[in-house]
Amino acid sequence: MSTTRAIRRIEGRGIPLRGDDVDTDRIVPARFLRSVRFEGLEAHVFEDDRASWPAGRGVHPFDDPAHRGASILLVNRNFGCGSSREHAPQALARWGIRAAVGASFSEIFFGNAVAIGLPCVTVSEEDARSLQDLVAASPGEVIVVDLDGPSVMAGGRLVPARMPAAARDAFLSGRWDATGLLLDDFEQVEAVAGRLPYVSGWRADRP
Amino acid sequence: MVPAMGRTLFQKVWDAHTVRILPTGQTQLFIGLHLVHEVTSPQAFDELRARGWRVRFPHRTFATVDHIVPTRETARPFADELAETMMAALERNARDFGIPLWHLGHANQGIVHVIGPELGLTQPGMTIACGDSHTSTHGAFGAVAFGIGTSQVRDVLASQCLALEPLKVRRIRVDGPLPPGVYAKDVILAIIRRLGVKGGVGYAYEYAGSTVEAMTMDERMTMCNMSIEGGARVGYVNPDETTFAYLKGRPFAPPAGAWDGAVSWWRGMASDPDAAYDDEVAIDATALEPVVTWGLNPGQSVGVGERIPAPEDLPEAERAAAAEAIAFMGFEARAPIAGTPIDVAFIGSCTNARLSDLREAARIVRGRRIAPRVKGLVVPGSQRVRAAAEAEGLHEIFMAAGFEWRGAGCSMCLGMNPDRLEGRQICASSSNRNFKGRQGSPTGRTLLMSPAMVAAAAVAGEVVDVRRFVSHPVEVR
Repeated sequence: MSTTRAIRRIEGRGIPLRGDDVDTDRIVPARFLRSVRFEGLEAHVFEDDRASWPAGRGVHPFDDPAHRGASILLVNRNFGCGSSREHAPQALARWGIRAAVGASFSEIFFGNAVAIGLPCVTVSEEDARSLQDLVAASPGEVIVVDLDGPSVMAGGRLVPARMPAAARDAFLSGRWDATGLLLDDFEQVEAVAGRLPYVSGWRADRP
Repeated sequence: MVPAMGRTLFQKVWDAHTVRILPTGQTQLFIGLHLVHEVTSPQAFDELRARGWRVRFPHRTFATVDHIVPTRETARPFADELAETMMAALERNARDFGIPLWHLGHANQGIVHVIGPELGLTQPGMTIACGDSHTSTHGAFGAVAFGIGTSQVRDVLASQCLALEPLKVRRIRVDGPLPPGVYAKDVILAIIRRLGVKGGVGYAYEYAGSTVEAMTMDERMTMCNMSIEGGARVGYVNPDETTFAYLKGRPFAPPAGAWDGAVSWWRGMASDPDAAYDDEVAIDATALEPVVTWGLNPGQSVGVGERIPAPEDLPEAERAAAAEAIAFMGFEARAPIAGTPIDVAFIGSCTNARLSDLREAARIVRGRRIAPRVKGLVVPGSQRVRAAAEAEGLHEIFMAAGFEWRGAGCSMCLGMNPDRLEGRQICASSSNRNFKGRQGSPTGRTLLMSPAMVAAAAVAGEVVDVRRFVSHPVEVR
């Protein structure tokens, strides 16, 4: 039995985070992983990028008052590549991000995001850029991520989105926290373990 | 019914470990070996306590410390209070949940991806998970091994299973003898340069071909280790005689009396000759040269004889990232990468801190001194590697050359322990990631290369072609 809630539709303002291959060291630098808790990570999201944001380019989106309170992260290709640290989606979620829309996501990041109830949907590269442009120009624009479609509604436009069927079903059915499901039928787990010689014990060779 | 076509190792291992298809459509996959370390596990254990769960297969779960450990001042409590808290948490969790822990000072301690193989825990045909993306390393043995996050660490602790979707398989055939001075590290960097840092998303990489078949297990581990840098969560090599010879007699390997049966099971897990692949790529090893990264991801690299590209010379999609990288690195477009001055030389990490890596680096520095301005650090991947290297006198070669010789750990690969770059320092590094800030200084810079290339750069004080140091013919592989 899983106790998590169904996630069908996320509505909120967007925050554009431009660039391909944004790695998890950038989302939350490793020195902030020296903790036994996830609490407080939101204070360090993109910390080094924010501190080194070049003069003449305004402010980092996460420092921009116009995007304060935004909940839909808008990214480009291969977002969340690199380390397997769940601290990255944890930091984003604790900052207030409740869904991400991008051209593609690293698999480990995607899996970690699913496990904490943070849906990531993919759209075409062009749509990813135009959503960012839209929100940069009109930060107050409300974006709707609909996992049923799946689709993204923004600026009066319905953008087709994609999400692996199983992950989508997990959100829609409220079963994205997998542990309960995995414990449901433990006899089957033990049966598989019993068939694997390296788990059940190697048999002695015949003399 | 007999399948019409053969299966890949990935498919065979996946099938053998499938428990059931979940109502969501995901596969419930049994995890045969779970490796645990101090950084990604504490919150998972806390959740087990909160939910009243136990570790279901404690005898398939092993813990060590690597990321946060100091490699010099190892006395407890650690000077870094945060590190001490993490260490104490892992000790308590291992004790409370009945998991073996190889702590600092134990002969088996080391980087999790170095000790798994050297203890014989890592074996063909297994599924292996660990809360670290470089878990792909273990694929060198013909295991399906991948990194997971903390919630999934909790899932494996509580159920020994994960909810996953299968991957496609891309076979990467590398053929021909490696030229002298060109290493497994150069092969994998060249593959990532060619296929891109996101080319492997959705795929497991199967490394094959005569070059890979001729590689030692250490070399195969270096290749599989960096699969994730190419976007592939899993990378593997089919098990063969090299694999079996490596494993024989290791502490956790099957005992002599059961060895033949184990080898026969392992052989059966290898990809069938008529297996179908979702994609295939061919690489000519004879055309490779030593590789150096110039940018902020492991795909931004050139051969040591090449020049740093100008953004406008690259495909449109890569230009913005290249311009950002060149500006951050303080490089000039179209300048040769050779001759770039370095401040730090780091030989270590789960990519390249095994005995053979240290031997190759020692071969370069033997009888030489590192440049006065360079800080040199050699960090063995494990206590066993350290002991073996010392038995051969490698530590004396390094120290005579001016390197520091350290204890085992992740060290300067990732900036979570006292070994970090300072300010704008530029580091020739045998590690796996050149991300901005990766080595602990937000403005520090990383050049990835093979351990032999790092050794050569340390001596020259700048990026240099290691082949200039290899005066005698290198054995033909």
